[in-house]
Amino acid sequence: MKKLLGLAAVFTLASSLSAFAFEPNNTECIAPANPGGGWDFTCRQVGKTLQDLDLVPGTMQVSNIAGGGGGVAFAEVVGKRNSENNLIVAASSATATRLAQGAFPGNTMDQVRWIGSVGADYGVIAVAKDSPINTLPELMEKIKTDPSSVSVAGGSAVGGWDHLKVLIAASKAGVEDVRQVKYVAFDGGGEAVTQLLAGSVQAFTGDASEAKGFVDSGDIKVIAVLAPERLEGDFSSFPTAREQGIDVIGANWRGFYAPGEMSDEAYDYWVNAVSKVYASDEWKEIMAQNGLAPLDLQGDEFQAFVKESIDSITDLSKQIGIVK
Amino acid sequence: MDTLASLADGFAVALTWQNLMLALIGCFLGTIIGALPGLGPSNGVAILIPLAFTLGLPATPALILLTSVYYGAMYGGRISSILLNIPGDEPALMTTLDGHPMAKAGKAGEALAISGLASFIGAFFATWGLVFLAPQLVKVALLFGPAEYFALFVLAFATLGGIASRNQAKAALAAVIGLGIATIGVDGQTGVPRFSFGEVHLYDGIDFLVAIVGLFALSEVFIFLEHRAGSGADDKVVKVGRIVPPWKMVRETLPAMGRSTIFGFIAGVLPGAGASLGSFISYTFEKRISDRKGTFGKGDPRGVAAPEAGNNSAAGGALVPMLALGVPGSGTTAVLLAMLLALNITPGPLLFQQNPDVVWGLIAALFIGNIMLLAMNLPLVSLFVRVLLIPTRYLMPAVAMISFVGIYGISGSTFDLVVMVIFGVMGWVLRKLDVPLVPIILGVLLGDQMEKNLRRAMTIHDGDWTMLFNSWLAIGLWTFAIVGFVLPLIVGRYFRPKIADEAIAEGSDPD
Repeated sequence: MKKLLGLAAVFTLASSLSAFAFEPNNTECIAPANPGGGWDFTCRQVGKTLQDLDLVPGTMQVSNIAGGGGGVAFAEVVGKRNSENNLIVAASSATATRLAQGAFPGNTMDQVRWIGSVGADYGVIAVAKDSPINTLPELMEKIKTDPSSVSVAGGSAVGGWDHLKVLIAASKAGVEDVRQVKYVAFDGGGEAVTQLLAGSVQAFTGDASEAKGFVDSGDIKVIAVLAPERLEGDFSSFPTAREQGIDVIGANWRGFYAPGEMSDEAYDYWVNAVSKVYASDEWKEIMAQNGLAPLDLQGDEFQAFVKESIDSITDLSKQIGIVK
Repeated sequence: MDTLASLADGFAVALTWQNLMLALIGCFLGTIIGALPGLGPSNGVAILIPLAFTLGLPATPALILLTSVYYGAMYGGRISSILLNIPGDEPALMTTLDGHPMAKAGKAGEALAISGLASFIGAFFATWGLVFLAPQLVKVALLFGPAEYFALFVLAFATLGGIASRNQAKAALAAVIGLGIATIGVDGQTGVPRFSFGEVHLYDGIDFLVAIVGLFALSEVFIFLEHRAGSGADDKVVKVGRIVPPWKMVRETLPAMGRSTIFGFIAGVLPGAGASLGSFISYTFEKRISDRKGTFGKGDPRGVAAPEAGNNSAAGGALVPMLALGVPGSGTTAVLLAMLLALNITPGPLLFQQNPDVVWGLIAALFIGNIMLLAMNLPLVSLFVRVLLIPTRYLMPAVAMISFVGIYGISGSTFDLVVMVIFGVMGWVLRKLDVPLVPIILGVLLGDQMEKNLRRAMTIHDGDWTMLFNSWLAIGLWTFAIVGFVLPLIVGRYFRPKIADEAIAEGSDPD
């Protein structure tokens, strides 16, 4: 630790001499969850691309600091590693949601520096292939007339992003008390889709990438994509919610934050590195294969975007009573 | 016959020198990882993912390496269960019940060999099940809604009495402690943290690996410290038993292995049930079916064969929903799934059509790995048993060290180490009180899932309890649960009159 601080000090000293003096060294990416999840994927894929593009020396180490839905890693970065220059942490909409709902006790988004996004996984709402429901307004109408007849399954806990997406859609569709929407939480999108196929629930809310395998096989019917425009590729035949008159966008963005006292040079370096990864052909390919849609925000723009999404989630959470 | 032709193609993919070497390395590392307390198959696979990336392996070899580690760890978990009474990972928990008493009775060699064979049989037939039944089995997984899952976990709890050999009340107490621990953390159905006292580390609940290592490994160390460490008095001559089990023992345990393979496979296929439930159900059913003389829990070879066949078979079964639905059936398959995604392969209903070379290469690799593991494990038994010859005063510090390093390695959090020590002290106290430890872990593992599924069923059906009995499958499971719970209470009195005999077990561990 002392050594790292020393290194950091040397870098700060060096960087005061020249404007572009930050040299990455022993870079590390924290995935705030166990291996296998979205954050782990973000760290590993971006780390690999950074390496392939020679933006970092050697390999980028990925550490999994699991717990508290990312809260353990957040607290660790803020509390113990606040001035490291070689560290970035994977984040997503889930991070913003938890920050908004105060689920990281004592932590706020201002304690870290937000670097940039590497893409977004847009939300989808789907029903089983033999469901009588064909459009999003039909589903919402059913919820309005008889809320108990529709159970919506998703991979996040109540109050999590999969839940909030449906609630935003319902509120835009004119459902007066969104708390009436029946949401059933499962352990991950895969389990939720399985229960849709099994007929236990009537609708599914999740990310486009979670639904991809089942869309290809024709087992589920996507009734709305929560994106500003139609997605490319396999999802191009599915209408957006906006087309159907319900103006809702639900993007599960993926990106990074860095320690709050990272030097400006190092911050600029990372913003630049992440933009380069985003612009590379290698990354375009990874995005296409994993159902990630474009979301190109870096530096200050990204900081503002995160702030805005946290504010809107806070409002909604208050409305449904998750946050007092 | 198409299936067999595809499988032959798979072997053609898998049988290259490079792949065989990878399988060998994977099997070896997996066995070691499985045997170390705290490191289980999911960590093992996760640790090796960067290796696979760094080597720049294409999809099939990478999967071969990782699944070899997976199967290897399932084999390896039994070793420390039997020799040290410390489960190497959670599916190996049930193996401690009869495996360790066998080792104490000087039959460690036989126990390791029989469990190795059982592991092979479980994994071998489960892989065949994967070959022929994967598409059909997916339909079985789809029969299980939240209500059915709840009934399944009730069934598991109803047979819990089967694992406590002496005091049922203490086993029930232990299970309740486990259920209590399972409620710690954010409640998914309301998003509200429970019993977390504002401590962010507790939001995800207690990791059961931390609980297992604390309860079993550290409490063992404490017991050792208590009994005068370093006096050398405990360095009695240990008998390790025969390395090759007598044919009679193999023949006796074969039916147990067969039955357990089926139970384990079904448990593995159901997402969310997994290998732990597989080995648990295998053990309790085997005890119900064949424990005529009350020898289970005191070193019955069938009590070693059943859970090992069950958990290895479940490991194969868990690959069915992972490959065919893209839904992981266990922690390890979740990691494998992520690996597949990282390699640009989308698991799901179309995987078998879109990437046949990957799927069949993988299945062929499972067969190869399994045979390698058997070939590796049987001769190594003589090496493993030497662990017993190490004086406890050297062994126990090593156990303590591995526990700390292992747990820190998983989460990188000192908080988990504190929790582990608390569990260690708790385990020590409970052992003093003669409370069995296994039901605690089962309470944590199964209780969490049981609650989640009950809550889901209630949400879906607006709190209508009668909907829990809404399908024939659910009713069937409930019937089994009730019969399994009530029958031993009535029948047991007549068929097992010699409860008094169990006092002989004085001095042996309650778990």
